[in-house]
Amino acid sequence: MNHWYMLTVVGEDRPGIVAHLTHALYEGGCNLGEASMMRLGGNFSIMLMVQSEETKHTLESLIEPVVDSLGLHAHIDKIKGRLHEHQIPDVRIHVYGADRVGIISQVVGALTEAGLSITDLESDVCGTEDMPIYVMIIEGHAAEGVKALRSALDIIANSGVDARIEEIETMIG
Amino acid sequence: MALSQMTILEILKYPDPRLKQESDVVEVFDDVLREFVISLEETMRAGPGGVGIAAPQVAYLQRIVIVDVSARKNTPNNGCMVLINPELIEWDGLKSGREGCMSVPDFTGNVVRAERITLTARDINGEACEFSCEGYEARAVQHEIDHLNGLLFLDRLVSRRNDLFKRKKYK
Ligand SMILES: [Zn+2]
Repeated sequence: MNHWYMLTVVGEDRPGIVAHLTHALYEGGCNLGEASMMRLGGNFSIMLMVQSEETKHTLESLIEPVVDSLGLHAHIDKIKGRLHEHQIPDVRIHVYGADRVGIISQVVGALTEAGLSITDLESDVCGTEDMPIYVMIIEGHAAEGVKALRSALDIIANSGVDARIEEIETMIG
Repeated sequence: MALSQMTILEILKYPDPRLKQESDVVEVFDDVLREFVISLEETMRAGPGGVGIAAPQVAYLQRIVIVDVSARKNTPNNGCMVLINPELIEWDGLKSGREGCMSVPDFTGNVVRAERITLTARDINGEACEFSCEGYEARAVQHEIDHLNGLLFLDRLVSRRNDLFKRKKYK
């Protein structure tokens, strides 16, 4: 019996986190699936699908030496998901503006209400410390059409956030 | 052509090594070629995208592609193009867009392509022809010509993060 687990790992970024962790999983007979790994604010974060015959507890002990020696926090959940469940997004929304409290919540709230289901969101705070700029790219599926999302974005734009939407046309050849 | 004579060819899937091979120049324009092109077009139309196909995708390692984006709304196009020995002679503008491939099921990703291209090719009778393409059609042509050179869109993937940084740098 093979189960899929979602392994979440967070810790202060340092060299070798991915190499050590994937090595321990490989040695333990695990199969790795989809992953998102990223440096966020000087921390390293990992979301990784792991397939294994072992129990959650055994998996935890398997990665424990790496987690402890690198000062990481790890969390494992058994998941229902599996591979080959990709959704092709049909819209991409670019948002940027002077950083302020509530910007994500406002933008995402309006878009969700207009039928957006998010498949992917990446955001960054850049600029300078006293004048931070917020940059966000969202991809998703427009369940109620792109027009509805455009109207939602117009309202957001009035509040001083720059936002544009583009349709993603996937060419399969 | 009668339905009974149509042939849907089998699409090679990565990691079939033939997808990474360079295809040969077509030198003979005969009935064998004409019949193959009919089957190739049928195979393209039966596929999930239905807008483009390259001969090596059906294990025929010759420089033949078909692109037809004319069924799409608001898409500038040249109709159904059968391009034999195609060569890009001009290209202009760069744009990132999402691509998938019949030879790489269940994966789509972002690829940067020229926005406008001009190409020369031979038609089915061996006559020289020239086309200018833009946008979605230009993207399809570049994707298919890549197949003739043993390249998949996987060889050209960019992450969205990279895309963002590129724009920051150059704009
Ligand atoms: Zn392809």
